[in-house]
Amino acid sequence: MTVYSRRDFLKGSLAAGAGLTAGVGLPRILAAQAKDPIKIGVLHSLSGTMAISEVSLRDVVLMAVEEINEKGGVLGRKLQPVVVDPASNWDLFAEKAKQLLLQDKVAVVFGCWTSVSRKSVLPVFENNNGLLFYPVQYEGEECSKNVFYTGATPNQQLIPAAEYLMSKEGGGYKKFYLLGTDYVFPRTANKILRAYLRAKGVPADSIEEEYTPFNHQDYQTIVGKIKRFASGGNAAVLSTINGDSNVPFYKEFANQGLRSENAPIMAFSVAEDELRGMDTSALVGHLAAWNYYQSVDTPQNRKFVQAFKAYAKKQNLPGGDRRVTDDPMEAAYFGVHIWKQAVEKTRATDVDAVRKAVYGQEFVAPGGKIKMDEANHHTYKPVLIGEILKDGQFKIVSRSKGLVKAEPWSEYTSPDKGCDWVKHKGTYQKKA
Amino acid sequence: MRRLLVAVLASLAALGPGGAGAAPPGGDADPLLADLATGSADQREAAVTALGQTGDPRWLALLGALRDGAVFARTRGGRTEVVVAGTKSTRGDEDLVEIQSAYARASLGVVAVADLAEVAADRRLRLAIKPFLDAEEVRGQLRDADPAVRRAAAVKLGHQASPAAAPGIEATLAAEGDRWVRHALAEALALIHLADPDPARRAAAARRLGELRSMNAVAALQRLAAAAASAAERAAAARALKRIERWTLLTTSLETAFQGASLASILVLMALGLAIVFGLMAVINMAHGELMALGAYSTFVVQNWFRAVAPASLDLYFLVALPVAFLVAAAVGVALERGVIRRLYGRPLETLLLTWGASLIIQQGLRLWFGAANVDVAAPRWLSGGLPVMVGLTLPWNRLFIIGLAAVAVIAMYALLFRTGAGLRIRAVTQNRAMSACLGVRAGAVDAVTFGLGAGLAGLAGCALTQIGNVGPSARTTSSTRSWWW
Repeated sequence: MTVYSRRDFLKGSLAAGAGLTAGVGLPRILAAQAKDPIKIGVLHSLSGTMAISEVSLRDVVLMAVEEINEKGGVLGRKLQPVVVDPASNWDLFAEKAKQLLLQDKVAVVFGCWTSVSRKSVLPVFENNNGLLFYPVQYEGEECSKNVFYTGATPNQQLIPAAEYLMSKEGGGYKKFYLLGTDYVFPRTANKILRAYLRAKGVPADSIEEEYTPFNHQDYQTIVGKIKRFASGGNAAVLSTINGDSNVPFYKEFANQGLRSENAPIMAFSVAEDELRGMDTSALVGHLAAWNYYQSVDTPQNRKFVQAFKAYAKKQNLPGGDRRVTDDPMEAAYFGVHIWKQAVEKTRATDVDAVRKAVYGQEFVAPGGKIKMDEANHHTYKPVLIGEILKDGQFKIVSRSKGLVKAEPWSEYTSPDKGCDWVKHKGTYQKKA
Repeated sequence: MRRLLVAVLASLAALGPGGAGAAPPGGDADPLLADLATGSADQREAAVTALGQTGDPRWLALLGALRDGAVFARTRGGRTEVVVAGTKSTRGDEDLVEIQSAYARASLGVVAVADLAEVAADRRLRLAIKPFLDAEEVRGQLRDADPAVRRAAAVKLGHQASPAAAPGIEATLAAEGDRWVRHALAEALALIHLADPDPARRAAAARRLGELRSMNAVAALQRLAAAAASAAERAAAARALKRIERWTLLTTSLETAFQGASLASILVLMALGLAIVFGLMAVINMAHGELMALGAYSTFVVQNWFRAVAPASLDLYFLVALPVAFLVAAAVGVALERGVIRRLYGRPLETLLLTWGASLIIQQGLRLWFGAANVDVAAPRWLSGGLPVMVGLTLPWNRLFIIGLAAVAVIAMYALLFRTGAGLRIRAVTQNRAMSACLGVRAGAVDAVTFGLGAGLAGLAGCALTQIGNVGPSARTTSSTRSWWW
């Protein structure tokens, strides 16, 4: 943490003021030629409800920046992160994004977690031609020229998970209880899951769908319903429950005598970082679907996990070396590196040039090699199904063969739509 | 046919009492291991099947390691050897791994990962491994010390309804002592018999499932009732269904009643302290939710203390946490009353504002001290799981406990207010403060005690709620802590 004195602040404000007045007239090129640092924005909530998840993303982005700076920066220029706090307030996200793009003139922004915050900043990035790297799995149905999505689309998380449960290897489940928190991601996710299950021949009366509000705590009625639903066997729960509702849900599930052997819960929003604050005893044996786990056993990942723990300790972050890494953190981390590679390829930080350079960019991420799509702004990723262990880590029980291409428009709900920024202008209608 | 035979043999071996069967010692399996490491896809599958059929736990452990991608092959002196990888480490640029022999798991030292070739388990191989490991898992679970685990395994056998498992189940049933595990085993057996080739046996199984009130059999019975060849079977299935349906109606009603009682008891626990303070002192305590959070955090602190000092008796922490939570919250309550609230008696709006301010201070204080994230309070073992009351109805211990606690709290409060001298004084001050003071009641002390009592009850509620909801600084806003009317 840097401590600013009042004098620094005054100097900074004066410089910023001068820059604002002078910047209009001066040719931009001057600023680019100087060995000034490149400014990058970090737009994650550091307070409010989402802070629990988003603070870790800020930490890992700053760690990536530090790594890059230690190796000499990008194009010989250091990276200078501008960290702002949108405070889990969706309107504030748009405001802070505007500030980053117009006032701080950052070259790129790494940020957002919830879909509603991304939707809130989207017009800002599109109107001002900014560049956002968004690191969280999401519901798809979006294809913006100004956003790179390094998290999973439904076909890289939801569909493989359902497929796994239906397979002989996964237990051959035939009935599915779709349970989620009531907001856009679970609603869209369940729409896609339902369409997929129906397409695979699951009858409508073998699918139940239910939503609870954020922070819901009392799951006794719902678990009672699941128990009756699962009584014939062959039933699994697909859970998009978010945040701290998970603890009471899993506890009640275990207490009413349901066990992962007979009715497993496949979770799409429970990762290592969330498990840190939970008593995991009731969750052991249940499943999750992600594209990365801390337990991925590669030399790069061991290095990454160690580096992050060391970084957390060095920076005196809460949790210190007991901190863990998870899927969105990995996606945020390699997002920074992808952007760096693209800048080095074009030798400029200009958004349009960088955007084109990102297409097809490859990087050996902690979880294995990933690749940016050539046209649709999403990421080729592996899909991993993990089983929750007592220590809050995951045992990987199934992995996809190679990398899976991202489909922002699910073939099950929007078979006629595609996303392409090379041959088309974003979302387009596929010809029949 | 051969495949069926193999499956039957495998299940028999898996479910048999000893299970070891005719295990080949390490030497005899060498050709199998060589096939596994270097053979064609067919040879590899055959090798896995042969190893699995031995039923030997050590070979099954090897198959488990194979599925987890921890089996490697290395060539030494022209011979291919299959080894199991243990812990990995890094030295310089080289990745090292500790390896063990395939059967005996004797340590073979640490070697470079680069010198090993992974024996990859593709999908086909994993599918071949799965039934052996599942059977082994179920067998282990059926011998588990925890009846809940045994029962879940029995239910799983019932869902699978594989005829090969029947003899094993019968043997286990004869030796099983727990009533509910016996029930699940009998249910599994009847479900298997429901698919018997003999119609009379199927009808008998349907009758038995009816007697067992088996919810798990409804789907199978419906199929039988609709499509069975003989009228006797159809009638038996229909009768059984009717029986199960009536039973389900009964259990569902009882369950709903219990859920109502459980919810009511939580609300009673939360509201009791509030009601005392409001009813007796006409102070609307906006900080009640935070006093509950204090109780919850006290529970967390007591738990951590037990974890650090007496991990062996961790399960008892909750009994200590109950009075601690009460006392901590009561102490804060008394301090609040003596410090500020007493100066504002008779001015409801001001006390409302004041306690709201206090609530914000406590909330932020908790956030500063413990962090914004929720903390984990583990359920003691005796509050996890549930009490199976009847077929299809399990009452969770934590909710039973809270119902009990609420009942005790209500009775104790009644006794205190109406059966003791202190209660008499509290009531006297409530009814006529000036007159009671005249008669020698120390009204100030009574106020402090009453407020402390209300606050302590909030702490107690907070402690109990750690077993149901989350513990976080903003606990009051979460839905189960709706002790307020919004």
